[in-house]
Amino acid sequence: MAELSSQLQALEEITATARQAVAEAQDNRALDDVRVEYLGKKGKITAYLKQLGNVSVEDRPVIGKSVNLAKQEVTGLVEQRGKALAEAAMQAALKAETVDVTLPGRNSEVGGLHPVTRTLQRIERYFRNIGFDVAEGPEIEDSHHNFTALNIPETHPARAMHDTFYFDADKLLRTHTSPVQIRVMEENQPPLRLIAPGRVYRCDSDLTHTPMFHQVEGLMVDENISFTDLKGVLSDFLQAFFEKPLKVRFRPSYFPFTEPSAEADIECVICGGEGCRVCSHTGWIEILGCGMVHPNVFEHVNIDSEKYLGFAFGLGVERMAMLRYGVNDLRLFFDNDLRFLSQFK
Amino acid sequence: MKFSEKWLREWVNPELDTAALVEKLTNAGLEVDAVEPVAGDFNGVRVGQVKSVEPHPDADKLRLTRVDVGDAELLEIVCGASNVREGLKVPVAVVGAVLPGDFKIKKAKLRGVPSFGMLCSSKELGLTESADGLMELAEEAPVGEDFRVYLGLDDVSIDIDLTPNRSDCLGVAGVAREVGVLTSTDLCQVNCDEVKASSDKTFPVKVTATAACPRYLGRVIENVNPQAETPVWMQEKLRRSGLRSLGPVVDVTNYVMLELGQPMHAFDLDKLNNGISVRLSQDGDKLTLLDGQEIEIKPDTLLIADEKGPLALAGIMGGEQSGVTETTHNLFLEAAFFSPDAIAGKARAYGLHTDSSHRFERGVDPALAQQAMQRATALLLDIVGGEAGPVTEVLSDKDLPSTASIHLREDRIKRVLGISLEAAEVSEQLSRLGLDLTRVEDGWQVTVPSFRFDLAIEVDLIEELGRLYGYDRLPETRPQGTVLTSNITERLTQLERLQNLLVDRGYFEAVTYSFVEPKLQSLLAEDDLAPIKLANPISADLSVMRTSLWPGLVQALVYNANRQHERVRLFEVGRVFKGDLDNIEQERRIGGLIYGDQDVEQWSEKAREVDFFDAKADVEALLDVTGGDIRFQAEMHPALHPGQTARIYKNGEAIGWLGALHPKLQKPLDVNGRVYLFELSLPAVLLAQIPEFTALSKYPAIRRDLALVVDEAVTAGQIEDCLSAIDSDILKSFQLFDVYTGDGVELGKKSLAMAFHLQHGERTLKDDEVDALIKTVTDTLEQAVGATIRS
Repeated sequence: MAELSSQLQALEEITATARQAVAEAQDNRALDDVRVEYLGKKGKITAYLKQLGNVSVEDRPVIGKSVNLAKQEVTGLVEQRGKALAEAAMQAALKAETVDVTLPGRNSEVGGLHPVTRTLQRIERYFRNIGFDVAEGPEIEDSHHNFTALNIPETHPARAMHDTFYFDADKLLRTHTSPVQIRVMEENQPPLRLIAPGRVYRCDSDLTHTPMFHQVEGLMVDENISFTDLKGVLSDFLQAFFEKPLKVRFRPSYFPFTEPSAEADIECVICGGEGCRVCSHTGWIEILGCGMVHPNVFEHVNIDSEKYLGFAFGLGVERMAMLRYGVNDLRLFFDNDLRFLSQFK
Repeated sequence: MKFSEKWLREWVNPELDTAALVEKLTNAGLEVDAVEPVAGDFNGVRVGQVKSVEPHPDADKLRLTRVDVGDAELLEIVCGASNVREGLKVPVAVVGAVLPGDFKIKKAKLRGVPSFGMLCSSKELGLTESADGLMELAEEAPVGEDFRVYLGLDDVSIDIDLTPNRSDCLGVAGVAREVGVLTSTDLCQVNCDEVKASSDKTFPVKVTATAACPRYLGRVIENVNPQAETPVWMQEKLRRSGLRSLGPVVDVTNYVMLELGQPMHAFDLDKLNNGISVRLSQDGDKLTLLDGQEIEIKPDTLLIADEKGPLALAGIMGGEQSGVTETTHNLFLEAAFFSPDAIAGKARAYGLHTDSSHRFERGVDPALAQQAMQRATALLLDIVGGEAGPVTEVLSDKDLPSTASIHLREDRIKRVLGISLEAAEVSEQLSRLGLDLTRVEDGWQVTVPSFRFDLAIEVDLIEELGRLYGYDRLPETRPQGTVLTSNITERLTQLERLQNLLVDRGYFEAVTYSFVEPKLQSLLAEDDLAPIKLANPISADLSVMRTSLWPGLVQALVYNANRQHERVRLFEVGRVFKGDLDNIEQERRIGGLIYGDQDVEQWSEKAREVDFFDAKADVEALLDVTGGDIRFQAEMHPALHPGQTARIYKNGEAIGWLGALHPKLQKPLDVNGRVYLFELSLPAVLLAQIPEFTALSKYPAIRRDLALVVDEAVTAGQIEDCLSAIDSDILKSFQLFDVYTGDGVELGKKSLAMAFHLQHGERTLKDDEVDALIKTVTDTLEQAVGATIRS
């Protein structure tokens, strides 16, 4: 019996040293050394199994069981320690790789579209959604398309009011986008729905005028288009553009190429109609000109004005952009100052 | 059209306050631009008379005056104005008065002498912008009366921005007629009765240009008093309409023009020679205008002339020589109808714009001349006296504009306006406008009065109906119509895609003027063809149409570089203009430039200035959106660095340029540092191809790398061309991944490392076919560019 108990005690001692050795192993290699020392072919615990043959038959199961338990325990401890070491190594590596996430990324900067383009895109998107096409026309126009076909004959006072840039007696820089109406109607019969965005030119330059600016012309021609439709479409467009319910007011006006003609005012988006500097204390801002296509215009392009009716409108893009984004100086649009451009991202 | 509200109310006086009246006008299409008080905000000012003037004991420029302001005692007032004199009637601010700017008048001592008030100038009362001394009042001004009451200064000037079609409202009477319609108010009658002739003196008038002048009325008034003064009430009305007083005769003609809308002219009868002739200009006609300017008269100008030559540009401006002066005793008064076609554009051709030309070119009521003549005669006789002769009229009936008779259909009203109007409402509204209606089966036959010559066709009447009904009362509806198919083609990419691509690569979009400075343009131009020139540029630096986007972009670069921007990337989309006026090309282009460092300044990488391949990468990315056969070819562009310039070809067609700004241009363009520019034809870049699917191979792909040694002059493009020409169904792609010169490579040669990707669609590749292909590659390159395999 003394033999058995002393043997068990020796095993317990070996196991205890193994426990400590495992716990003290600081890396995979040291741990592997410990594993070999105790559990390898010549390991200290393995050696016990080998000498089982020398143990009495009756003690053998007891010792065998104890040795297996010791072996299992140490194996488990090695595994655990291995995992712990791996985890610690991972943690150390992660720690070493930690970066300052608040530092900026590389080359993340994007540029920006010009506010006029941005505004044009929003206008185009609205009108495309309601079935309008986008048309283009030349910027150097002839006086027929810019004036005559739009019912502005040679001597009409409206010609003088346009401050036209001329190249010769006939060729000029278009003063509005309306000639695109004519070009489209010359080539196509109704039904027509289009907008024509683009650059226009007037010989005028001061605080509130630049010699070049942008307009969007709109035209809708069909068999049953009336003035109330014009009101409906433009009113809805203005609300959609400014993304708020706005009061819209239509006032009689005059354009040679429309009859009846109107100007649309919106409730001042700056002061909400209370009256401020932007709206000259009237509460209203003039935003676009519009009207029903004049029969003389239809006649110039061979469209039957008895059968077809249409409305047309023209709006200033810079003005829309100024009101939308609160820009207070028209000239900024053409200075191309990056401090200005970078505000539109 | 600017006028005084009080004047308007003499003609029509609706029960509306100023604000409501103004709103009515604006909403009816007579847009009110401004409403301004006719005088400054002041009180305590009275009409006074200077009773005595004595020198100030201690100041040369000051006088001591005693002024009667209607009180028992005279006021002692110290005054510094040079026109102060005994008997003068002036506005006097008494102690306690408040002048514009909240300036309170108190008892004061001026150089030791007490002063009990202030004698005022028109400027001090906010009547005029400037003044020369005290305001001198008429002799009959009632001493002691409140000055505001005396001049009726509780009034506003209303300025209407009239549209060119509404010249019928270029007179107070016309505006009154409109207000009457808008407010259903009757017009007050203003006396324009015939003034009977008191002499039989006439002056002969001959009209040869009857189409241009269908009606010409003349009247002689003899023995007028040239020293007479324009009454204060008239001066005030003129002032409130923005006109200066220029003497009684001219004032009366201006007054009648403002009141009725009929421009008139008065000649000094004694300076006319043997009758008036209304004719078109002849060679050699010359005239010195009222403003002193001597002009050569252009052909086709309507003139008022006499035997000796032109007297006036008809309907535009009179001549200096025949005009009325302080010594004129006998007048010849003109009231005519000149046709708009004869006057339109003429004033502008002489660089003139007058109140008269403004009216005649828009149109004056052809029936108005008689009424205006009577009104002017009556006023003149009142003011300057004299004896009027009978009115003579030269009339060419056939040349007078005919009165329109318009067929107005009920159904058409509905189609245009979108709502039906009651028949009763239609006839009531149009009748109120002075139109004459006869009911016909489907509507009305409408006759238009002479003063509404802007109403010519059916839709003009419909506009009037809409206007009077109120645009704001018309409902808003959604159009009913054909559903249209939109033109959406995959063969064209949306411009937005390209703009966004550049924005995502760090570019800002610029918008620069389409006209540029000629010198700048010539520095950056591709060729020396002349640009298209504006005849009337706004300034010399905006005088020719751009032939490239680069001048504007370079200017924008310089602008920003001067404002401490060290890294600039800009692009623009727009038209450029080439050719001559008979054959103008207006191509849309997309162009850009980069300058400064490639990366935004940052902490992790070394800063590197942009180079050719940074710009090329952006151009390649742009082109890659739509694909096609793209080539970059070294060519020469006068504005670009000869060793860093590529012309860009798409499907064999030259579509643009890429390169470094020529270093010799940096200084003249005021650019410090390298700039890389590109410009592409927009239609060419937008032209897309529709993708065509090819089946994906299930079989493994292999890669073979080769190091090829070639002469340094051999370009990557040449090698690419050779390789693209190899006809093989297993060579899927190849790419250049290294360019090396130096150790191990012979001087004058370079080593190009290339990867070849091989795959067969239907089977695994065999070694021998791979080897065969690589041999073809090396043979081809050896033959074409002398390439050897580097061992």
